[in-house]
Amino acid sequence: MTEQTVQSKAVKAPKKRKIASLDKRKARVGWVFVLPFLIGFILVYLPMLFDSFKLAFSDMTTLTGGGVEFEYIGFENFRYALFTDAGFIQTLISGLGQLVFEVPAILLFSLFMAILLNQKMVGRAAFRAIFFLPVVLSTGIMESIEAGNILGSYMGETSGIDDGSGSSAASEIVSAMDFETLFSNMKVGTELVEYVVQIINDIYAIVNRSGVQMLIFLAGLQSISPAIYEACKIDGATGWETFWKITFPMISPMILVNAVYTIIDSFTTESNTVMSYIESAPATMPSNGTEISTAMSWMYFLIVVVILAAVAGIMSMFVFYQRKD
Amino acid sequence: MDNSTPKITKESKNKIKVEFDRTPLKERLKAKFLNFYFFQTVVIKIFRFIFLLGIAYIVLFPFFSKIAGSFMAPEDFIDVTVRLVPKNFTLDIYKAIWTDLDYVEALINTTLISLLLALLQTFTCCVIAYGLAKYKFKGNGLIFMLVMVTMIIPHKTLQSSMSMNFTYFDIANILSTLSGGTIVDIDFFGLFQFTLDSPLSILNLPENSINLKNTIWPFIILSVTGLAFKNGLYIFMLRQFFRGIPDSLEESAYIDGSGDFRTFLQIILPMSVPMMITVFLFSFCWQWTDTFYTSMFFTNMKEAPMMLSQIIGIPKSLDTEYAGQTLYETAIRNTCGIMIIAPLVVLYVFLQRYLVEGIERSGLTAE
Repeated sequence: MTEQTVQSKAVKAPKKRKIASLDKRKARVGWVFVLPFLIGFILVYLPMLFDSFKLAFSDMTTLTGGGVEFEYIGFENFRYALFTDAGFIQTLISGLGQLVFEVPAILLFSLFMAILLNQKMVGRAAFRAIFFLPVVLSTGIMESIEAGNILGSYMGETSGIDDGSGSSAASEIVSAMDFETLFSNMKVGTELVEYVVQIINDIYAIVNRSGVQMLIFLAGLQSISPAIYEACKIDGATGWETFWKITFPMISPMILVNAVYTIIDSFTTESNTVMSYIESAPATMPSNGTEISTAMSWMYFLIVVVILAAVAGIMSMFVFYQRKD
Repeated sequence: MDNSTPKITKESKNKIKVEFDRTPLKERLKAKFLNFYFFQTVVIKIFRFIFLLGIAYIVLFPFFSKIAGSFMAPEDFIDVTVRLVPKNFTLDIYKAIWTDLDYVEALINTTLISLLLALLQTFTCCVIAYGLAKYKFKGNGLIFMLVMVTMIIPHKTLQSSMSMNFTYFDIANILSTLSGGTIVDIDFFGLFQFTLDSPLSILNLPENSINLKNTIWPFIILSVTGLAFKNGLYIFMLRQFFRGIPDSLEESAYIDGSGDFRTFLQIILPMSVPMMITVFLFSFCWQWTDTFYTSMFFTNMKEAPMMLSQIIGIPKSLDTEYAGQTLYETAIRNTCGIMIIAPLVVLYVFLQRYLVEGIERSGLTAE
């Protein structure tokens, strides 16, 4: 419908006045292409956004005949979430700490895996298929099943007969003690040791959540011209040098994209502690639970936008863009 | 025999057999295998393989353990010697889920709905992404920003308002205007009005709105407008892909008399099939396993179509009241999970090569 009307306009226009220039015509067609999104955004998304925003500032009452009414109460919900509610600030701080820990780990891991999976080797297709499996399977319903899955850790126990210690060491592939003894001689600082140990213990979550990032990195690696690597090899560069002088700069735009994606992904995911706290708020609050939880999620959203802007701003200073042509 | 001139023993049209003195086999093998470079590559290859195997194990182990548990009989869960291999092999859990939990009905519903929505989302995202990638117009950057905004704002933030908007669905008050009701202004910029403490009651006209809950219309509306789950990501990926297609292609089509939409449908779409399959796979699988939207829009079990993500539960025919209750119930829930994703695994096996191929060909670059 809309396509036809615009086309007929474009045909009629010359009769009346001068012919629209190609640029103008193309601009008009461009608007037609993005029209579905624009309509949806203005008619469906903006009202939702607006209502949600309003809800955060209001006291909602459900009318008896159906329908709801908002009463403006100012920053009351925000004040409650920040100062009266005991858990929110704590959860927020620990959740942001988690973000700081996870994002670099996921980025490093997915870059590493993408470089490995980009090399020629036996069974590459099979490995790729396995590593991208969590992208399509471990979301939504599987995530919630996995959260309550005690059987996995039970089965992973290697000791056949229960020794009664009660420790389920299945999720810990290498026990933290081993690593600490290994690193204690290396004088690298306890923070790094703890970080590595945490990564090893969380490896399942990290592997599960770096699928899309791996794909994006892989695409980036594929777009680097082999001629550059060849030239490097002829000039006598080692693999290490090639990585830091060629691969890393060329992949840096992808690192930015992935950092942004990972931040968005890990703060909107359902397993995020802040997200689950906000979700449970309507049930735990004495009154106005929905409104307070909306206020909380708006605050959370603003904080993450600030983080996102800061990360993107800082990283884009170091990103290398290859000049085309 | 002279070393420098090899002797030709047999010559035919395509082949030639030459006799010459070669270095002995032992020497050649020595030169090839007994050096540092070869040793290094072998060690690296072995380490790489073991590492990848380990990660693959981490990815696959949850699936293994779920499958193993699904075949176990109740007494296996209290037997401490049974770990990953069931002692009393049984299909009881599968049978119970199949018969007690409306599995077949849910499977059919989910397949149809996911297929429809995934196709809609793929097509809409292609259209939007193509417009953003290939046409320069004022506001192009702004619209791309808005697409990113829809991705950044967690849908949880909008949960309650989304739920309300679809319960009392009335786009821009068209319905209430038509029925002669009060024309309430949905003035998005009327924030002042709002802060002046005037009671805005935009949603108190239930008689002039339609309740879209428990129908699939909310899903369709969100899909057609590119607002559904992770559509921002698809639009981003497709936009990068379309940018990689040279403009000269469209120009030559234009010279040959093809209009913009015909060029898009007959030239651009067919050549971007791998990328579209990638997007389709994502949207299909994510719609299939979705719980957030399903539980929000399908609230009434009697009216709404039964979905796979809602069937998880303990079948009545299985008696779980015994010592190993928690483990057994977990195993039943895991089996539900296996049965939910089994069709997806089949689909994935067939389509996974497009996943990498589509993205590889995209020339995805961040600009």
